[in-house]
Amino acid sequence: MSNEFSGRALIVVPAWNEEAAVAETVREIYAAVPAADVLVVDDGSSDRTVECAREAGALVLELPFNLGVGGAMRAGFRYALRHNYDVAVQVDADGQHDPSEIPDLLAGLAHADIVIGARFAERGAYQVRGPRKWAMVVLSKVLSLLAKTRLTDTTSGFKATGRRALPLFAEHYPVEYLGDTIESLVIALRSGCVVTQVPAHMRPRRAGNPSHSPWKATVYLFRAGFALLLALVRRWDTTVKQAVPMAAPPAAEKRMSS
Amino acid sequence: MSAYIVALIGSVLILLGIFELLRRRQLSEKYAVLWLVVGVTLLVVTIFPGLLGVLSRAAGVEIASNLLFFVAIVFLVGVALHLSWEVSRLEDETRKLAEDLAILRLDVDEHVKRTTSGPDGKS
Repeated sequence: MSNEFSGRALIVVPAWNEEAAVAETVREIYAAVPAADVLVVDDGSSDRTVECAREAGALVLELPFNLGVGGAMRAGFRYALRHNYDVAVQVDADGQHDPSEIPDLLAGLAHADIVIGARFAERGAYQVRGPRKWAMVVLSKVLSLLAKTRLTDTTSGFKATGRRALPLFAEHYPVEYLGDTIESLVIALRSGCVVTQVPAHMRPRRAGNPSHSPWKATVYLFRAGFALLLALVRRWDTTVKQAVPMAAPPAAEKRMSS
Repeated sequence: MSAYIVALIGSVLILLGIFELLRRRQLSEKYAVLWLVVGVTLLVVTIFPGLLGVLSRAAGVEIASNLLFFVAIVFLVGVALHLSWEVSRLEDETRKLAEDLAILRLDVDEHVKRTTSGPDGKS
Protein backbone atom coordinates (compact mmCIF):
# COMPACT_ATOMS: atom_id res chain seq x y z
CA MET A 1 0.00 0.00 0.00
CA SER A 2 1.96 3.04 1.16
CA ASN A 3 5.66 3.41 1.75
CA GLU A 4 5.38 2.89 5.45
CA PHE A 5 5.84 -0.84 4.93
CA SER A 6 9.56 -1.10 4.73
CA GLY A 7 9.34 -4.83 5.28
CA ARG A 8 7.09 -7.19 3.45
CA ALA A 9 6.33 -9.68 6.16
CA LEU A 10 2.80 -9.97 7.48
CA ILE A 11 2.27 -11.58 10.84
CA VAL A 12 -1.19 -13.12 10.85
CA VAL A 13 -2.76 -13.65 14.26
CA PRO A 14 -5.99 -15.62 14.16
CA ALA A 15 -7.97 -14.69 17.28
CA TRP A 16 -11.24 -15.93 18.62
CA ASN A 17 -12.35 -14.43 21.93
CA GLU A 18 -8.81 -13.60 22.99
CA GLU A 19 -9.33 -10.16 24.49
CA ALA A 20 -7.14 -11.07 27.47
CA ALA A 21 -4.10 -12.04 25.45
CA VAL A 22 -4.22 -10.50 22.02
CA ALA A 23 -2.94 -7.00 22.83
CA GLU A 24 0.14 -8.29 24.61
CA THR A 25 0.82 -10.73 21.76
CA VAL A 26 0.61 -7.93 19.20
CA ARG A 27 2.99 -5.75 21.21
CA GLU A 28 5.45 -8.61 21.56
CA ILE A 29 5.39 -9.19 17.82
CA TYR A 30 6.05 -5.53 17.07
CA ALA A 31 8.93 -5.63 19.55
CA ALA A 32 10.38 -8.77 17.98
CA VAL A 33 9.96 -7.84 14.32
CA PRO A 34 9.46 -4.07 14.05
CA ALA A 35 9.57 -4.14 10.26
CA ALA A 36 6.61 -6.47 9.93
CA ASP A 37 2.91 -5.66 9.92
CA VAL A 38 0.58 -7.43 12.27
CA LEU A 39 -2.81 -8.51 11.03
CA VAL A 40 -5.18 -9.81 13.67
CA VAL A 41 -7.95 -11.85 12.10
CA ASP A 42 -10.90 -11.67 14.42
CA ASP A 43 -12.82 -14.86 13.89
CA GLY A 44 -16.24 -13.59 14.88
CA SER A 45 -15.38 -12.90 18.50
CA SER A 46 -18.09 -11.85 20.89
CA ASP A 47 -15.74 -10.07 23.27
CA ARG A 48 -13.46 -7.04 22.92
CA THR A 49 -10.80 -8.80 20.84
CA VAL A 50 -11.16 -6.33 17.99
CA GLU A 51 -10.78 -3.22 20.17
CA CYS A 52 -7.87 -4.71 22.10
CA ALA A 53 -6.02 -5.63 18.92
CA ARG A 54 -6.68 -2.24 17.38
CA GLU A 55 -5.47 -0.40 20.47
CA ALA A 56 -2.28 -2.44 20.34
CA GLY A 57 -1.77 -1.10 16.83
CA ALA A 58 -2.58 -4.12 14.71
CA LEU A 59 -4.50 -4.18 11.46
CA VAL A 60 -7.72 -5.99 12.22
CA LEU A 61 -9.66 -8.17 9.84
CA GLU A 62 -13.15 -8.70 11.19
CA LEU A 63 -14.79 -11.85 9.92
CA PRO A 64 -18.56 -11.49 10.14
CA PHE A 65 -18.96 -14.93 11.72
CA ASN A 66 -16.80 -17.73 13.01
CA LEU A 67 -14.91 -19.55 10.27
CA GLY A 68 -12.40 -21.48 12.35
CA VAL A 69 -8.63 -21.13 12.31
CA GLY A 70 -8.40 -22.33 8.72
CA GLY A 71 -10.86 -19.73 7.47
CA ALA A 72 -9.19 -16.99 9.47
CA MET A 73 -5.81 -17.92 8.06
CA ARG A 74 -7.09 -18.09 4.51
CA ALA A 75 -8.45 -14.58 4.92
CA GLY A 76 -5.02 -13.57 6.21
CA PHE A 77 -3.26 -15.18 3.26
CA ARG A 78 -5.58 -13.48 0.83
CA TYR A 79 -4.93 -10.16 2.50
CA ALA A 80 -1.19 -10.80 2.29
CA LEU A 81 -1.42 -11.66 -1.38
CA ARG A 82 -3.62 -8.69 -2.16
CA HIS A 83 -1.20 -6.33 -0.49
CA ASN A 84 1.82 -7.97 -1.99
CA TYR A 85 3.56 -9.30 1.07
CA ASP A 86 6.35 -11.79 0.58
CA VAL A 87 5.78 -13.75 3.73
CA ALA A 88 2.91 -14.54 6.05
CA VAL A 89 3.65 -15.89 9.50
CA GLN A 90 0.98 -17.43 11.67
CA VAL A 91 1.24 -16.63 15.37
CA ASP A 92 -1.50 -17.68 17.76
CA ALA A 93 -3.12 -14.97 19.83
CA ASP A 94 -3.03 -16.88 23.10
CA GLY A 95 0.68 -16.25 23.54
CA GLN A 96 1.84 -19.85 23.15
CA HIS A 97 4.08 -18.92 20.27
CA ASP A 98 7.10 -16.84 21.19
CA PRO A 99 7.30 -13.89 18.78
CA SER A 100 11.02 -13.54 19.39
CA GLU A 101 11.40 -16.71 17.33
CA ILE A 102 9.74 -15.22 14.25
CA PRO A 103 13.11 -14.10 12.83
CA ASP A 104 14.25 -17.74 12.98
CA LEU A 105 11.28 -18.77 10.86
CA LEU A 106 11.89 -15.95 8.41
CA ALA A 107 15.54 -16.91 8.11
CA GLY A 108 14.48 -20.47 7.34
CA LEU A 109 12.53 -19.25 4.33
CA ALA A 110 15.78 -18.59 2.52
CA HIS A 111 15.83 -22.23 1.48
CA ALA A 112 12.23 -23.33 1.93
CA ASP A 113 8.71 -22.27 1.02
CA ILE A 114 7.20 -23.13 4.37
CA VAL A 115 8.96 -23.13 7.73
CA ILE A 116 7.34 -24.77 10.74
CA GLY A 117 8.20 -23.73 14.28
CA ALA A 118 8.42 -27.21 15.76
CA ARG A 119 7.62 -27.55 19.42
CA PHE A 120 9.53 -30.71 20.19
CA ALA A 121 12.77 -30.17 18.37
CA GLU A 122 15.36 -29.60 21.09
CA ARG A 123 13.90 -26.51 22.72
CA GLY A 124 11.08 -26.19 25.17
CA ALA A 125 9.24 -28.55 27.46
CA TYR A 126 6.04 -28.95 25.48
CA GLN A 127 4.81 -32.47 25.94
CA VAL A 128 1.81 -34.56 25.04
CA ARG A 129 0.96 -38.14 25.90
CA GLY A 130 -1.34 -40.98 24.92
CA PRO A 131 -3.40 -41.12 21.71
CA ARG A 132 -2.64 -37.52 20.92
CA LYS A 133 1.04 -38.31 20.93
CA TRP A 134 0.61 -41.40 18.76
CA ALA A 135 -1.32 -39.37 16.25
CA MET A 136 1.41 -36.78 16.14
CA VAL A 137 4.12 -39.42 15.71
CA VAL A 138 2.32 -41.10 12.80
CA LEU A 139 1.57 -37.78 11.16
CA SER A 140 5.18 -36.71 11.50
CA LYS A 141 6.43 -39.95 9.98
CA VAL A 142 4.13 -39.76 6.97
CA LEU A 143 4.67 -36.09 6.33
CA SER A 144 8.44 -36.39 6.81
CA LEU A 145 8.40 -39.03 4.12
CA LEU A 146 6.44 -36.75 1.81
CA ALA A 147 8.63 -33.76 2.57
CA LYS A 148 11.85 -35.79 2.28
CA THR A 149 13.09 -34.12 5.43
CA ARG A 150 12.55 -34.66 9.15
CA LEU A 151 9.43 -32.95 10.43
CA THR A 152 8.71 -33.58 14.09
CA ASP A 153 5.74 -31.30 14.72
CA THR A 154 3.34 -31.26 11.84
CA THR A 155 0.41 -29.91 13.81
CA SER A 156 2.18 -26.75 14.90
CA GLY A 157 0.33 -23.57 14.05
CA PHE A 158 3.52 -21.55 14.23
CA LYS A 159 4.41 -21.35 10.56
CA ALA A 160 5.98 -19.02 8.03
CA THR A 161 4.70 -19.15 4.47
CA GLY A 162 6.82 -17.81 1.65
CA ARG A 163 6.03 -16.26 -1.68
CA ARG A 164 5.58 -19.50 -3.51
CA ALA A 165 3.07 -21.05 -1.13
CA LEU A 166 1.12 -17.83 -0.50
CA PRO A 167 -1.04 -17.86 -3.63
CA LEU A 168 -1.64 -21.55 -3.14
CA PHE A 169 -2.83 -21.04 0.43
CA ALA A 170 -4.80 -17.90 -0.39
CA GLU A 171 -6.83 -20.04 -2.77
CA HIS A 172 -6.84 -23.48 -1.20
CA TYR A 173 -6.10 -23.17 2.50
CA PRO A 174 -8.24 -25.89 4.04
CA VAL A 175 -10.91 -24.76 6.43
CA GLU A 176 -12.03 -28.02 7.97
CA TYR A 177 -10.86 -29.46 11.27
CA LEU A 178 -7.09 -29.98 11.35
CA GLY A 179 -6.97 -28.90 7.74
CA ASP A 180 -5.02 -25.83 8.66
CA THR A 181 -2.09 -27.93 9.80
CA ILE A 182 -2.00 -31.39 8.26
CA GLU A 183 -3.90 -30.83 5.06
CA SER A 184 -2.18 -27.55 4.29
CA LEU A 185 1.22 -29.23 4.50
CA VAL A 186 0.09 -32.02 2.19
CA ILE A 187 -1.25 -29.52 -0.32
CA ALA A 188 1.97 -27.56 -0.22
CA LEU A 189 4.12 -30.66 -0.59
CA ARG A 190 2.03 -32.06 -3.41
CA SER A 191 2.38 -28.85 -5.33
CA GLY A 192 6.13 -28.95 -4.98
CA CYS A 193 6.82 -26.57 -2.11
CA VAL A 194 9.78 -27.19 0.17
CA VAL A 195 8.85 -27.57 3.82
CA THR A 196 11.34 -27.42 6.68
CA GLN A 197 11.21 -26.82 10.40
CA VAL A 198 13.12 -24.85 12.98
CA PRO A 199 12.95 -25.52 16.71
CA ALA A 200 10.62 -23.31 18.70
CA HIS A 201 9.62 -22.84 22.32
CA MET A 202 6.11 -23.45 23.42
CA ARG A 203 4.93 -21.23 26.23
CA PRO A 204 1.98 -21.76 28.50
CA ARG A 205 -1.08 -20.00 27.15
CA ARG A 206 -1.71 -16.60 28.56
CA ALA A 207 -5.46 -16.97 28.93
CA GLY A 208 -8.21 -19.43 28.16
CA ASN A 209 -8.30 -23.17 28.71
CA PRO A 210 -6.49 -25.92 26.86
CA SER A 211 -8.62 -28.89 25.93
CA HIS A 212 -7.20 -32.17 27.13
CA SER A 213 -8.97 -35.39 27.99
CA PRO A 214 -8.34 -39.00 26.98
CA TRP A 215 -11.60 -39.11 25.07
CA LYS A 216 -10.83 -35.95 23.18
CA ALA A 217 -7.36 -37.27 22.47
CA THR A 218 -8.79 -40.41 20.93
CA VAL A 219 -11.20 -38.45 18.81
CA TYR A 220 -8.24 -36.32 17.81
CA LEU A 221 -6.33 -39.42 16.73
CA PHE A 222 -9.07 -40.53 14.38
CA ARG A 223 -9.82 -37.12 13.00
CA ALA A 224 -6.15 -36.50 12.38
CA GLY A 225 -5.82 -39.80 10.55
CA PHE A 226 -8.89 -39.08 8.50
CA ALA A 227 -7.71 -35.59 7.68
CA LEU A 228 -4.40 -36.98 6.51
CA LEU A 229 -5.92 -39.70 4.35
CA LEU A 230 -8.33 -37.24 2.82
CA ALA A 231 -5.58 -34.79 2.07
CA LEU A 232 -3.57 -37.53 0.39
CA VAL A 233 -6.33 -38.71 -1.91
CA ARG A 234 -8.04 -35.43 -2.66
CA ARG A 235 -7.47 -33.72 -5.93
CA TRP A 236 -5.93 -30.30 -5.66
CA ASP A 237 -5.78 -27.79 -8.37
CA THR A 238 -2.16 -27.01 -7.70
CA THR A 239 -1.68 -24.93 -10.80
CA VAL A 240 -2.64 -21.78 -9.01
CA LYS A 241 -2.35 -18.63 -10.97
CA GLN A 242 -0.20 -15.93 -9.46
CA ALA A 243 -2.93 -13.59 -8.35
CA VAL A 244 -2.30 -10.01 -9.36
CA PRO A 245 -1.74 -7.97 -6.23
CA MET A 246 -3.57 -4.69 -6.19
CA ALA A 247 -0.82 -2.63 -4.64
CA ALA A 248 2.73 -1.47 -5.27
CA PRO A 249 5.18 -3.52 -7.33
CA PRO A 250 7.35 -5.93 -5.37
CA ALA A 251 10.20 -3.62 -4.50
CA ALA A 252 11.47 -5.32 -1.38
CA GLU A 253 11.29 -8.73 -2.95
CA LYS A 254 14.50 -10.15 -1.54
CA ARG A 255 14.55 -8.53 1.83
CA MET A 256 13.68 -11.70 3.65
CA SER A 257 16.31 -13.94 2.19
CA SER A 258 19.20 -12.48 4.15
CA MET B 1 -62.92 -44.57 3.73
CA SER B 2 -60.85 -46.93 1.70
CA ALA B 3 -57.08 -46.82 1.62
CA TYR B 4 -57.34 -46.08 -2.07
CA ILE B 5 -59.08 -42.76 -1.44
CA VAL B 6 -56.61 -41.80 1.32
CA ALA B 7 -53.63 -42.53 -0.93
CA LEU B 8 -55.23 -40.60 -3.77
CA ILE B 9 -55.89 -37.54 -1.63
CA GLY B 10 -52.36 -37.75 -0.21
CA SER B 11 -50.77 -37.85 -3.64
CA VAL B 12 -52.85 -34.96 -4.89
CA LEU B 13 -51.97 -32.91 -1.81
CA ILE B 14 -48.25 -33.53 -2.29
CA LEU B 15 -48.49 -32.53 -5.93
CA LEU B 16 -50.44 -29.39 -5.00
CA GLY B 17 -47.86 -28.56 -2.32
CA ILE B 18 -45.02 -28.79 -4.81
CA PHE B 19 -46.97 -26.72 -7.30
CA GLU B 20 -47.75 -24.07 -4.71
CA LEU B 21 -44.10 -23.81 -3.59
CA LEU B 22 -43.10 -23.47 -7.20
CA ARG B 23 -45.75 -20.82 -7.81
CA ARG B 24 -44.57 -18.78 -4.85
CA ARG B 25 -41.03 -19.12 -6.14
CA GLN B 26 -39.84 -20.83 -2.99
CA LEU B 27 -38.38 -23.71 -4.93
CA SER B 28 -35.80 -23.17 -7.63
CA GLU B 29 -36.49 -24.79 -10.96
CA LYS B 30 -33.84 -27.48 -10.86
CA TYR B 31 -35.40 -28.96 -7.73
CA ALA B 32 -38.97 -28.25 -8.77
CA VAL B 33 -38.72 -30.42 -11.87
CA LEU B 34 -37.37 -33.29 -9.82
CA TRP B 35 -40.16 -33.10 -7.28
CA LEU B 36 -42.85 -32.65 -9.90
CA VAL B 37 -41.70 -35.87 -11.53
CA VAL B 38 -41.86 -37.57 -8.14
CA GLY B 39 -45.33 -36.17 -7.44
CA VAL B 40 -46.73 -37.21 -10.80
CA THR B 41 -45.23 -40.70 -10.51
CA LEU B 42 -46.76 -41.04 -7.08
CA LEU B 43 -50.17 -39.99 -8.37
CA VAL B 44 -50.03 -42.39 -11.32
CA VAL B 45 -49.04 -45.30 -9.08
CA THR B 46 -51.87 -44.42 -6.69
CA ILE B 47 -54.49 -44.22 -9.41
CA PHE B 48 -53.40 -47.46 -11.04
CA PRO B 49 -52.29 -49.75 -8.21
CA GLY B 50 -52.01 -52.61 -10.68
CA LEU B 51 -49.13 -50.86 -12.37
CA LEU B 52 -46.85 -51.49 -9.41
CA GLY B 53 -47.63 -55.20 -9.58
CA VAL B 54 -46.79 -55.36 -13.26
CA LEU B 55 -43.54 -53.49 -12.72
CA SER B 56 -42.42 -55.63 -9.80
CA ARG B 57 -43.16 -58.83 -11.69
CA ALA B 58 -41.10 -57.49 -14.56
CA ALA B 59 -38.27 -56.66 -12.18
CA GLY B 60 -38.49 -60.01 -10.47
CA VAL B 61 -39.55 -58.57 -7.11
CA GLU B 62 -41.98 -60.83 -5.25
CA ILE B 63 -43.77 -58.29 -3.09
CA ALA B 64 -44.85 -55.20 -4.99
CA SER B 65 -44.44 -52.80 -2.08
CA ASN B 66 -40.78 -53.82 -1.74
CA LEU B 67 -40.11 -52.41 -5.16
CA LEU B 68 -41.70 -49.18 -4.04
CA PHE B 69 -39.57 -49.06 -0.89
CA PHE B 70 -36.42 -49.89 -2.76
CA VAL B 71 -36.93 -47.20 -5.36
CA ALA B 72 -37.93 -44.67 -2.70
CA ILE B 73 -34.86 -45.35 -0.55
CA VAL B 74 -32.45 -45.15 -3.46
CA PHE B 75 -34.06 -41.94 -4.54
CA LEU B 76 -33.92 -40.40 -1.05
CA VAL B 77 -30.27 -41.35 -0.56
CA GLY B 78 -29.51 -39.73 -3.87
CA VAL B 79 -31.33 -36.56 -2.87
CA ALA B 80 -29.60 -36.43 0.53
CA LEU B 81 -26.20 -36.84 -1.12
CA HIS B 82 -26.98 -34.15 -3.60
CA LEU B 83 -28.07 -31.78 -0.85
CA SER B 84 -24.87 -32.42 1.11
CA TRP B 85 -22.91 -31.59 -1.97
CA GLU B 86 -24.94 -28.46 -2.52
CA VAL B 87 -24.50 -27.37 1.12
CA SER B 88 -20.73 -27.91 0.96
CA ARG B 89 -20.56 -25.71 -2.08
CA LEU B 90 -22.71 -23.03 -0.53
CA GLU B 91 -20.66 -23.11 2.66
CA ASP B 92 -17.51 -22.59 0.69
CA GLU B 93 -19.03 -19.71 -1.20
CA THR B 94 -20.24 -18.12 2.03
CA ARG B 95 -16.79 -18.47 3.57
CA LYS B 96 -15.16 -16.84 0.60
CA LEU B 97 -17.65 -13.99 0.79
CA ALA B 98 -17.04 -13.54 4.51
CA GLU B 99 -13.28 -13.43 3.95
CA ASP B 100 -13.57 -10.97 1.13
CA LEU B 101 -15.98 -8.82 3.09
CA ALA B 102 -13.53 -8.61 5.99
CA ILE B 103 -10.63 -7.77 3.67
CA LEU B 104 -12.60 -5.08 1.87
CA ARG B 105 -13.81 -3.59 5.12
CA LEU B 106 -10.24 -3.24 6.37
CA ASP B 107 -9.12 -1.80 3.03
CA VAL B 108 -11.90 0.77 3.11
CA ASP B 109 -11.20 1.67 6.74
CA GLU B 110 -7.51 2.17 6.02
CA HIS B 111 -8.32 4.19 2.95
CA VAL B 112 -10.74 6.44 4.82
CA LYS B 113 -8.24 6.88 7.63
CA ARG B 114 -5.52 7.89 5.18
CA THR B 115 -7.62 10.34 3.25
CA THR B 116 -9.18 12.03 6.30
CA SER B 117 -5.99 12.38 8.31
CA GLY B 118 -4.34 14.51 5.65
CA PRO B 119 -1.23 13.89 3.56
CA ASP B 120 0.99 13.84 6.62
CA GLY B 121 -1.33 11.73 8.70
CA LYS B 122 -0.14 8.46 10.00
CA SER B 123 -2.55 5.70 9.20
